[in-house]
Amino acid sequence: MKRSVLSVLLLGLLLVTAQCGPSSGGGEAPQASATKTVVIGFTVSQTGSLNVSSIRQDNGLKLWMDQVNAAGGITLSDGTVVKFKTVSYDDESNKDRVQELYTRLATEDNADFLISPYSSGLTAASAVIAEQYGKVMITTGAASDATYQEGYTLVFQAYTPASRYLTGALDLLGHLDPSVKKIAFVNENDKFSTDVVAAAQVYAESLGYDIVLAESYDSGTPDFGPFINKIQAAAPEALMGGGHFQDGSTFARQLHEKGIPLKFVALLVAPPEPDFSEIGDGALGIVGPSQWEPQAEYTPESAEAAGVEWFGPLNDDFVRDYEAAYNEEPSYHSAGGYAAGLILHKAIVDADSVDTAAVKAALDRMNILTFYGGIKFDASAESHGLQIGHEMVYIQWQHDDAGNLMKQVIWPLEGATAESLYPKP
Amino acid sequence: MVLIASLIDGLLIGFIYGIAAMGLSLIWGVMRVINLAHGAIIALGMFGVYLAFTGLGLNPYLALLLVALTGLLSGVLVYGIAVHRVINAPYLSTLLATFAVNMIVIGVGTAAFSTSPRNVAFALGSLSLGVITLTWTRVAAALVAVLVTALLYLFLYRTRPGKAIRAVANNRAAAELMGIPSSWVLALSFGLGTMLAAISGGLIATFLPFTILAGAGYQVKGFVICVLGGLGNPLGALIGGLLLGAMEGIIPAFLETSWVPVLEFVLFVLILLVKPTGLLGSRK
Repeated sequence: MKRSVLSVLLLGLLLVTAQCGPSSGGGEAPQASATKTVVIGFTVSQTGSLNVSSIRQDNGLKLWMDQVNAAGGITLSDGTVVKFKTVSYDDESNKDRVQELYTRLATEDNADFLISPYSSGLTAASAVIAEQYGKVMITTGAASDATYQEGYTLVFQAYTPASRYLTGALDLLGHLDPSVKKIAFVNENDKFSTDVVAAAQVYAESLGYDIVLAESYDSGTPDFGPFINKIQAAAPEALMGGGHFQDGSTFARQLHEKGIPLKFVALLVAPPEPDFSEIGDGALGIVGPSQWEPQAEYTPESAEAAGVEWFGPLNDDFVRDYEAAYNEEPSYHSAGGYAAGLILHKAIVDADSVDTAAVKAALDRMNILTFYGGIKFDASAESHGLQIGHEMVYIQWQHDDAGNLMKQVIWPLEGATAESLYPKP
Repeated sequence: MVLIASLIDGLLIGFIYGIAAMGLSLIWGVMRVINLAHGAIIALGMFGVYLAFTGLGLNPYLALLLVALTGLLSGVLVYGIAVHRVINAPYLSTLLATFAVNMIVIGVGTAAFSTSPRNVAFALGSLSLGVITLTWTRVAAALVAVLVTALLYLFLYRTRPGKAIRAVANNRAAAELMGIPSSWVLALSFGLGTMLAAISGGLIATFLPFTILAGAGYQVKGFVICVLGGLGNPLGALIGGLLLGAMEGIIPAFLETSWVPVLEFVLFVLILLVKPTGLLGSRK
């Protein structure tokens, strides 16, 4: 912190003297446009259970950085050109590694700003370090609400919080079939999934649903046989839960193989991933909440209609550039990674500075619409940094005309690209 | 009813744990080597079936034959390269030699396949008997496991090489005096053990997702099973596998799944305390 403030002060002094030179001496001093390279520090789960989503998030962030740097960086009003460089490590999907590595990023690598790792658990571990060392951190790939109730002042969330992940799915179910009453919740026993399901259960009860089964399973459970037998015995009409990619896709596949008659299944995280279709027919009809989808409909016009500022690339441009760079369709994790960079970008532009306090103030004031959706942070002391501007969309795997599996947006209705497949085949 | 359904699911997967453990047990029984590369070979078996299915479009059960043959040959190769020279050294040397093989396989595998989860999108449908639903892929995997066990027994008791393996396991010096080429017999045993690991990996891949790191978990289960059934006793390994599978099926019906490993290892320690030779005893 001190070192970065000092370097900003020194830079400022240099600029002042450079500008004073000509006016006092009247000579031909060169017009120095200083370049400041801002270091963004973060970890990526290159290995371990979170690697699929984490690497996509990293790809999104890198795409943003490459584009900003290629476009000549951000020019501040004093002529300073801000360019970006990243320092990142493999956290092995491991919380202890995250704390070690973020400490290293803050102290040895002198990162100016931090981006979170992927997943709520790892992010909670890294947020403590960011706050401790006075670094602004944009969190992405981390939806748990709890991190923003710790009194942190420098941590800002790009994702819709967990408490709103499955509430839309309950609204969708109510819209599709008001007669459904029996619902089961089976979720991974980790911070994120527990937060999501706890909030969804409260909401479900408030809507009058009868929760016939509520169970959690350990992260890394390879076999859902015992749960599925319990689900079969409890005979719910709808099932919600899941956790992350690996367990979610296994769960969906085994539900299908066991032929459990469920009308509606909504699982976290796994369904929006393009690789989810690897489980074949097990994917058909599965609904999943997504932070963003390639078909999303946010435009400068919708920003104008909503009375907020538009910032960053158009949705189609992002999708095209991402596909060109990585030869795969972007998932919402990719978009979230890009959005984290975009949020930092906008904050630096608004603050007209890379100073931590100025950037924090700009983030507190931010209210924009991007290709990824709305961005606005809770500035209250109780839940500072919590995302309040962004909304979820719900996707479902359906067959296209050729019989291939494809994702369709089914909720909210304004953004839907297809009718819901109900009941689930 | 939930209990019966869970028990059946558990037993079905127990057969596969059983043949994975049988491989470990065979290698220990014949040459007193704790093979720490077992998990890595299980993972390779999974990827073998995955690649044959997605790349060549081969039926997974046909792919299994290929995987078994490759497993056998690579086991003989690993024995020749890494184990043979240290076979008479203290246990720690063979332990480290096989651990080195494990690290090499995992390292190369991670570079080639990453640690992303894979699925073999293959299904045979399911069979419903009231509230009990059996998935055919699991039933088929259990049947293959039984078949492999039967063939292994036939091989060990009815063929000359099989008898040679048993002779070397009983008394290597005496077997050598009778003209049995012990180096070849040891290599063959190591190959067979490796083949069993590869087959179990291939079977698991037909109904569960996996990563290149997935073998480690099954290897640990293998050790527990070997202690349950008695180290060096292949039939004991199968019974131990069934016992472990049954526990994994039944415990979650009453308790959180996090209790499964706790209870498994409590049983492990109890067996060590009460009957250290395992349920079926072992050849000393």
